Amino acid sequence: MSEVILRPKGSIDIMVEAEVINPDIFAGKTTSEIEQLIVWQGSKQLPLSEFFDVEGSAGSTAADTKIIVKGDVPRVKHIGHGMKAGEIVIEGSSGMHVGSEMIGGSILVKGNAGSWAGMEMKGGTLHIVGNAGDHVGCAYRGSWRGMNGGKILIDGNARSQLGGGMSGGEIHVGGSVENFAGIRMNSGLIVVKGDAIRAVGAQMSGGLFVVGGKIRQLSPGFEYAGTEKNPKVGETVISGEFMKFAGDYALSKTPKGILYASKEANEEV
Amino acid sequence: MSVTMVIRNGYVFDPLNEIDGEIKDIFIKDGKIVEDLTGAGLRDAKIIDAKGKTVMPGGVDSHSHVAGAKVNTGRMMCPEDRYKWVTKKSDLTHSGSGNTVPSVYVQGYDYARMGYTTVFEAAIPPMEARHTHEEMRSTPILDMGGYLVLGNNWFIMRHLKAGNIEKAAAYVAWMMRTHKAYGIKCVNPAGVENWGWGKNVSSLDEPNIHFGISSRDIIHGLAEINEMLGMPMSLHLHANNLGHPGCWEIARDSLDVTRDVKVECNMDVEWQKTKIDPRRTQSIYLAHAQFNSFGGTSWGDFASGAKGIVDYVNKSDHVVIDNGAVPFGPATVMTGDGPAIHHLYKLTGNKWSNKDIELECGSGILTFNYLKANPVHSVEWAIGLELLLLVNDPWKTILTTDHPNGGPFTKYPQLITWIMSKKAREATFAECHRWAQDRSSLGGIDREMTLYEIAILTRASPARTVGIAHRKGHLGAGADGDVTIYDFDPTKFDVNDYTKITRGFQNAAYTIKDGGVVAQNGEIMSVPHGRTFFSEPHMDDEIEKEMLKDVKEWFKYYTLGFANYPVPDKYIRNPSPVQVNKPLEAVVGR
Repeated sequence: MSEVILRPKGSIDIMVEAEVINPDIFAGKTTSEIEQLIVWQGSKQLPLSEFFDVEGSAGSTAADTKIIVKGDVPRVKHIGHGMKAGEIVIEGSSGMHVGSEMIGGSILVKGNAGSWAGMEMKGGTLHIVGNAGDHVGCAYRGSWRGMNGGKILIDGNARSQLGGGMSGGEIHVGGSVENFAGIRMNSGLIVVKGDAIRAVGAQMSGGLFVVGGKIRQLSPGFEYAGTEKNPKVGETVISGEFMKFAGDYALSKTPKGILYASKEANEEV
Repeated sequence: MSVTMVIRNGYVFDPLNEIDGEIKDIFIKDGKIVEDLTGAGLRDAKIIDAKGKTVMPGGVDSHSHVAGAKVNTGRMMCPEDRYKWVTKKSDLTHSGSGNTVPSVYVQGYDYARMGYTTVFEAAIPPMEARHTHEEMRSTPILDMGGYLVLGNNWFIMRHLKAGNIEKAAAYVAWMMRTHKAYGIKCVNPAGVENWGWGKNVSSLDEPNIHFGISSRDIIHGLAEINEMLGMPMSLHLHANNLGHPGCWEIARDSLDVTRDVKVECNMDVEWQKTKIDPRRTQSIYLAHAQFNSFGGTSWGDFASGAKGIVDYVNKSDHVVIDNGAVPFGPATVMTGDGPAIHHLYKLTGNKWSNKDIELECGSGILTFNYLKANPVHSVEWAIGLELLLLVNDPWKTILTTDHPNGGPFTKYPQLITWIMSKKAREATFAECHRWAQDRSSLGGIDREMTLYEIAILTRASPARTVGIAHRKGHLGAGADGDVTIYDFDPTKFDVNDYTKITRGFQNAAYTIKDGGVVAQNGEIMSVPHGRTFFSEPHMDDEIEKEMLKDVKEWFKYYTLGFANYPVPDKYIRNPSPVQVNKPLEAVVGR
């Protein structure tokens, strides 16, 4: 696999829109061609080399191309937007919209990711080692069609509206989430190992949501459906004893959403 | 703008002049079509070589929601309809965004790219007329006008109920002048008023709440008023029960209401001598017939009801319909018919907005997505095409999507392709739900429309129906210099190569407006300001005075001051009023 290394040049003031950092676009290009790719900063169009030193060259195809960003780029948005194949490794933190609308390939963010990571994702894998912001794998504002394929792994915490409008794929969060995780989801799987604040699965009509920790405030539209030990979730078995809920009855009379919450952590529910 | 122009050697399709693909030169001088150019005029003329290409009059859209409060609410409530569809500014053009409800600038450019030069806004709520004019004024390139929503207006319902049709006519005339509107629109008559109480009407003859007037009385009354005044366009009807299984019956019966109304077009304009009479012949123009051609009795036995409408249209000479087709994909449904949209909201749970316009009307908006896998949507697709293909006389039909209700106007090229190519229809049958095949007659229709018929459906018929064929929709001398050149050689036209048809209609080789090239192969070349057409009907002074006294009295119920009600002249950039009923004819006691 051919590698392209991007080294950030100093700090960035106005955020940069860099959906060109994408193996599909890099594929078949030389170092200097990659340097000349255009990014937007505010109302200005500038070459990628304004913000990065570029080393190495891309493979002939996207699948044969790996992009390594050496360092933190919290003010660079849309890295890997819509990518179909190949690999991106960000050796620090990424800005907003990393991997949004991605279709295939993989992205690894070794630090934190900004909001909208994996927004409306359709396939591929997005792994965030640190924490993620709001709207991970979510539908864009106004829409209720969120991610429908692929996998998002977050080792740390995520904030609000994780997996909003989700209609396929998987999200696994090692840490905790805040509000409205899985709002309006209709299919797919979300597993949160830690805690959630409130409105988990609000208005969900289908799909599966597992909370391994405590739900501080359970939505009123969920109906208790018994206790299960080591429930099977898709391919994997989640160990422990869980309370099972069906919902969200606030949305319809026949919702097909299932919410598992750890029995031990949620005893007062 | 070039002063003179010659379009050489194109295959010309001009139905109002019965020109069907003849090779002909078109001459334009001072923005108007002329018989011929000679001497200096010819020497200085811009020459466009249209050899091997198709030449038609500029496109006319007679029913499209493109300006005003509800259109703008549709924009505001759908950020998801915008951020993936952005248009950058250029030296010539404005930036913009939007897919199903584009911003005004993008609307102008997109229509021009497809070869359209004239577009009528389908519904102006009187109180929102200022907003509508602001958006029409900001829409580049297009000549525009709009229809005033009057079907549930308190004054009209009161005057008609009292049997005082002269007073109602005086009110309509004053309202047209006050709001600078072009024609009369009637949406779910009697039903929208009931919607103020959470109810609707479901038949033509039930009296509505408080006013005690029926849909039949309103339709007949407004049609009569329309012809008393001699309006350019006939009554434009959005029938009751729209969007419910089995609604075709009430639509057919509604059309029959105006059968006895004598058509009387009394506009002070210079009529051109076209081969086919450019004056309208209909007393009723049914909007987006697809939504009113639902068969069955429930969503379970839902089927196309197009046959019922088509049979009636085929045997009647007082009717024109536009089809309001569904080309599949995202849409935003918006109409003055609040209860119809609420019904859809209950079915889908999608984002919904509703508004009551005080003493006048109402509206509803909902986001929507027509899916090929959905059985009902697939039948709707079939109905939209049946309505055009089964009506024998193309002069009784107009091609629309009821933008953005069935889908955006940018899907017209796809729609044209389906009615021109059976193979294209078969390809879609293969992709969509089998109900399209099983519950409509579309699969058994072999008709493939010609370029001449397309020119009727998209130019001549809409122009004649709305009463603008004295200057639009044909290429005879005296018409506006609006010409579209498509990159099709009719002698080598292959209906089976259907993706080429779509591409060709998407980007006209040239769109010419008033003798200037506005778009060329998808690129915008110039951005003139369009005109605004509106009707100025005149009525007997005495009746008008009496009527106005009553209006002023009732204005205490408005949240708006009477002085702020009219649309000021400065809202219109290029006013193009049409004098109606002037000199005043004796309308009293007619």
